[in-house]
Amino acid sequence: MNPVNYLYLAALLFTIGATGVLIRRNAIVVFMCIELMLNACNLAFVTFSRMHGNLDGQIIAFFTMVVAAAEVVVGLAIIVSLFRTRHSASVDDASLMKL
Amino acid sequence: MENLIALLIAAPLLGAAVLLCGGRRLDAVGHWIGTVLAAASFVLGVVLFTGMLGKAADHRTLTQHLFSWIPVGGFQADVTFRLDQLSMTFVLLITGVGSLIHLYSVGYMEHDERRRRFFGYLNLFLAAMLLLVLADNYLLLYVGWEGVGLASYLLIGFWQHKPSAATAAKKAFLVNRVGDMGLSIAIMLMFTTFGTFAFGPVFADVDRTGQGKLTAIGLMLLLAACGKSAQVPLQSWLGDAMEGPTPVSALIHAATMVTAGVYLIVRSGAIFNAAPDAQLAVTVVGAVTLLFGAIVGCAKDDIKKALAGSTMSQIGYMVLAAGLGPIGYVFAIMHLVTHGFFKAGLFLGAGSVMHGMNDEVDMRRYGGLRKYMPVTFVTFGLGYLAIIGFPGLSGFFSKDKIIEAAFAKGGTEGWILGGAALLGAAITAYYMTRVMLMTFFGEERWRNAPTPSPAEPSVEPAAETRGEHAEPHPHESPGVMTIPMIVLAFGSVFAGGLFSVGDRFLRWLEPVTGHSEGHSPVSALTVTASTLVLLVVGAGIAYAQYGRRPVPAVAPRGSLLTRAARRDLLQDDFNHVVLVRGGEHLTRSLVYVDHTLVDGVVNGTAASVGGLSGRLRRLQNGYARSYAVSMFGGAAVLVALTLLMRAV
Amino acid sequence: MSPQLAAYTTSTGEAFQFWVLGTVAVIGALCTVFMKKAVHSALCLAGTMIVLAVFYLANGAYFLGIVQIVVYTGAIMMLFLFVVMLVGVTAADSLKETIKGQRWLALLCGVGFGVLLLAGIANASLKDFDGLGKANANGNVEGLAALIFTKYVFAFEITGALLITAAVGAMVLTHRERTERARTQRELSEQRVREGKHVPPLPAPGVYARHNAVDIAGLLPDGTASELTVSKTLRDRGQIRDVSDEAISDLKALEQRAAERLERGEDERPALKRSEEASK
Repeated sequence: MNPVNYLYLAALLFTIGATGVLIRRNAIVVFMCIELMLNACNLAFVTFSRMHGNLDGQIIAFFTMVVAAAEVVVGLAIIVSLFRTRHSASVDDASLMKL
Repeated sequence: MENLIALLIAAPLLGAAVLLCGGRRLDAVGHWIGTVLAAASFVLGVVLFTGMLGKAADHRTLTQHLFSWIPVGGFQADVTFRLDQLSMTFVLLITGVGSLIHLYSVGYMEHDERRRRFFGYLNLFLAAMLLLVLADNYLLLYVGWEGVGLASYLLIGFWQHKPSAATAAKKAFLVNRVGDMGLSIAIMLMFTTFGTFAFGPVFADVDRTGQGKLTAIGLMLLLAACGKSAQVPLQSWLGDAMEGPTPVSALIHAATMVTAGVYLIVRSGAIFNAAPDAQLAVTVVGAVTLLFGAIVGCAKDDIKKALAGSTMSQIGYMVLAAGLGPIGYVFAIMHLVTHGFFKAGLFLGAGSVMHGMNDEVDMRRYGGLRKYMPVTFVTFGLGYLAIIGFPGLSGFFSKDKIIEAAFAKGGTEGWILGGAALLGAAITAYYMTRVMLMTFFGEERWRNAPTPSPAEPSVEPAAETRGEHAEPHPHESPGVMTIPMIVLAFGSVFAGGLFSVGDRFLRWLEPVTGHSEGHSPVSALTVTASTLVLLVVGAGIAYAQYGRRPVPAVAPRGSLLTRAARRDLLQDDFNHVVLVRGGEHLTRSLVYVDHTLVDGVVNGTAASVGGLSGRLRRLQNGYARSYAVSMFGGAAVLVALTLLMRAV
Repeated sequence: MSPQLAAYTTSTGEAFQFWVLGTVAVIGALCTVFMKKAVHSALCLAGTMIVLAVFYLANGAYFLGIVQIVVYTGAIMMLFLFVVMLVGVTAADSLKETIKGQRWLALLCGVGFGVLLLAGIANASLKDFDGLGKANANGNVEGLAALIFTKYVFAFEITGALLITAAVGAMVLTHRERTERARTQRELSEQRVREGKHVPPLPAPGVYARHNAVDIAGLLPDGTASELTVSKTLRDRGQIRDVSDEAISDLKALEQRAAERLERGEDERPALKRSEEASK
């Protein structure tokens, strides 16, 4: 098996995650899909690291994880405070930008 | 000697400043300050004149460079004065007649509480007029030109409480603006053509300049002259300008300011000599105006308006002469000077009559006044004889020369112009005799004068509003008014002879204007004889109409021509229909074009953008997921493009 | 494992592992997107993440594989579950689409993007894999540490600052200041009088001397349960326990036990029966 298959898998997972962001309304699920996309990227980075024979890809993946952790903390806080004010976790309810 | 030139202007300018800024403290002495400063200017003029006479004819030009006014690169405007024989003539006329009229105004305006202001304006006018004739370049001349326009506006509207006076002042100002525009365009053309607008360099460069440009400059100068000198087609303001006090009419609208156009044409003689087309236009304007003014003068019952028509006509003579080129320049100026004397005298006489008749101006309510106003009668009569060209008096010499010069133009033009001038002389005799007879002879129509009838169109509204219905008591004016009249009468009688004997005036002006004798197809004697015959015919007709028969107190309806002439030959109607209405239609159509085309394009753009935005707005539905879809689609397109670029 | 990592084909074991676990990962991802309840989505995502952790290990990223399990699956997914618990089940969980055309547009974009991405990878025709044998020679963690603390030290520090900021931000976002003064007891009682209902405090839950749990409604004098006595949250969830039958069954049980004990003394029983009849 060619390790490039890992890349195909990463692309597939990324696309599934992106589609999930677009079709789910629950903010928490949307957020999970974003995490899925980030993980797909990480897989790609790790595979690239193996491809090039150095650890830089893994470092980037590591940073991605840290940033994702920070992002999750803030994002979930936003969802919670949104839920407290609007009693809803639907991304469609936060549609004040429309006319 | 040169340094005195600026003082000529400074004296009346100082007077204007003191009188206009001095406030009520000067009310008691203001008129004397103004008069003394005007006289001081005249004395200075005489001193300069004697100094000039002591020099050789070719070295009489004095220049005084005062300061550099606008030095901007190639644009050099200096305040420089030039006193040559031509300016000298004007200086003496302006300050001399001006001083006399100042003196006259002391009496005439005695009961006006704003007399000090009146003298301030008069001094301002003198300063501006002197600046006009003393300027050494066209830009400085333009300053004086506008200055006299301002003074004229202020003085016509001096009795601004009268709506008619305020309107007349505004009318004079607006019509003059048209002419001023011509002068400013002429100056701009000069600057682009010659690179300067000083008299000397411009006239020196005329030979090296194309015919077309010179004609354009000449026509623009003619437009300016038409505006200031009330020539057709810009003549309509002069009749209404008689709303001003009579001394103003005498000084500004008879003797001096209205002749500024003639001065401009004569001064720019070098340009006109090189542009025959422009010269022809000048003669045509002059000939048309001299007939136009004469015809209007025949029909007016208002003594001042009759005299205003006469002024227009006489200036027409001068313009005609000035348009004839070197044949006529000298005679134009000569007629200008003699006209300055006798027309100022006539106006002062008219003012004296009005003064004694409770400001009545309708000649149909005069009559038989010679018994009550002997001095006025004599001086007015001498002015009358001078203007109709009675042999031996001023007008005889100057007008006769112009008619001769018109014939000397040669060819068909000469015959037409000469014929017009001859006809004008006959009409002049007619209307002046009419004025004379209606005012000083016949029965005393002012006794038991009926209340002004509304059917009378030429009755002054002023006379009505003042409500002078009491029977007037005609009386001679005080000495302060009669003395200037007597002096001017002397001028009217002797000036022409003084100038003409031995061709003094010709030799005096020749170094500046140049002179050439034309080849007249008719002899001078024939011209003089036919002029005298026509004079007798015109005066005879007038006598038959107004001397033999009693003058009706209410004007008869009259023929079509009479009625048209009473309405100033429909000049205002023409202006209204052609210029006002035409302008309105033009602006309306422009507004229509603006509304439909310009605004249509603008609004159409706005509407289409608005409509497009309204449709695009649907994309902005406020749902974050919709925006995310478009972002995702955009990312897909980017990926596709990247792959395409790689494939290519 | 290192000799295989160097090659551009993997061992059969890894291939087998990839195909099996890869299938699991894709199914998990699809379930994450399409599961109706957020809890199920979270669990499926956790599964996918664990599979990914295994793949990290297989790719020679030993440190990352462990971190994936500890941080992602252990910490982040637990955070998700906490929030799911806080928010609860909402109408947003429905998979029914509310924006017109959104689903089809999303699917179209997704398919197009995926196809393009896969095509791009295929087009790149990556055959040359160096493997991590040399890089991991001194151990994967040591290799990463060497990079993090030399080449990427600034990024690392900045990431630390980011984490602190995120923690503070989360606290700021979720902390809520009380904007109005808390009402005193006096004000509350006055309000109750004004409104005219429940002038006394609400009745306490539970059945006197038998049950004092908060989910048991108190009994009215006629023996029916009053829902007023139970907190609103439990009422809305329908989690009220009805114990009205329990009392009787308890009584029965008590009688039975008493009877069993009294079988030894026959004479006392009729007296009890009598008293029972009298009470009826």
